[in-house]
Amino acid sequence: MRTSKKVAFLGVFTAVALILSYIESMLPTFVPVPGIKLGLANIVALFVLYRFSYREAALISLIRIVVSSMLFGFTMFPYSLAGAVLSLTGMILLKKLTKLSIITVSVAGGVLHNLGQIAVAVLVTETVGLVGYIPVLLISGTVSGVLIGVLGGLLYSKTPEFK
Amino acid sequence: MKTEVFSLHKRDLIVILSILLLSVIALLVFRLTAKNGGGVTVRVDGEIVAVYSFADEGKYELNGGTNILVIEDGKAYLIDADCPDKLCVKQGRISREGQTITCLPNKLTVTVYGVKNIVEI
Repeated sequence: MRTSKKVAFLGVFTAVALILSYIESMLPTFVPVPGIKLGLANIVALFVLYRFSYREAALISLIRIVVSSMLFGFTMFPYSLAGAVLSLTGMILLKKLTKLSIITVSVAGGVLHNLGQIAVAVLVTETVGLVGYIPVLLISGTVSGVLIGVLGGLLYSKTPEFK
Repeated sequence: MKTEVFSLHKRDLIVILSILLLSVIALLVFRLTAKNGGGVTVRVDGEIVAVYSFADEGKYELNGGTNILVIEDGKAYLIDADCPDKLCVKQGRISREGQTITCLPNKLTVTVYGVKNIVEI
């Protein structure tokens, strides 16, 4: 693919990821525990990871986090960043080293995202008791990971390769 | 069509189910081992700013009024906060050792301490 075309595609995907982040921030929270959410923007990260490669997925996630912090405030920036770094690293490694399905890769991404956020929350608030949230967050990360994995997988298998 | 990345094999189910199983076991262990606490410590940005025993019932302003804490019947809960989503208020009442209410926008946590730990804190 030509570089200019690729840049245009990645720009569009970054915009879609940003919009999904924004839509998600408007959804009401069902469970009163910080960190439980769908992670809609991860559909884009997952799709780009499979369609392009890890570099593009990392780039798009980073830009999304920085831009959405500038637009909507920096309070959650360290949490988003730690979650995304851990989650992407895990997904990239699992995709490269195992034959696990895109759904399982997405589940690992969701779970690792939540673990990264809890780790930052424990460091920022110096409250070790927060590890008590881990089981609940693992369950929610698994559920949303399956959902995002199905959506990302559908998108990947139904769209043609970019040329 | 690349259906092979999409199909779930046995190995996928094993990974997903073991994560769920581990979480449920951990949840049960946390629930069953938790004892009633003696009171709460309030931390802002990691610093302990206040300690309230469950014996001191009443309404307290935390962090210069950003969050309002209530102690009542051996339980602690927040009734108001200045953040938009008020997740900390929705987290409800805590009474068992280690239970925590978190307000990430204000970097504030309220954690139940154990009856034995009062002296250390």
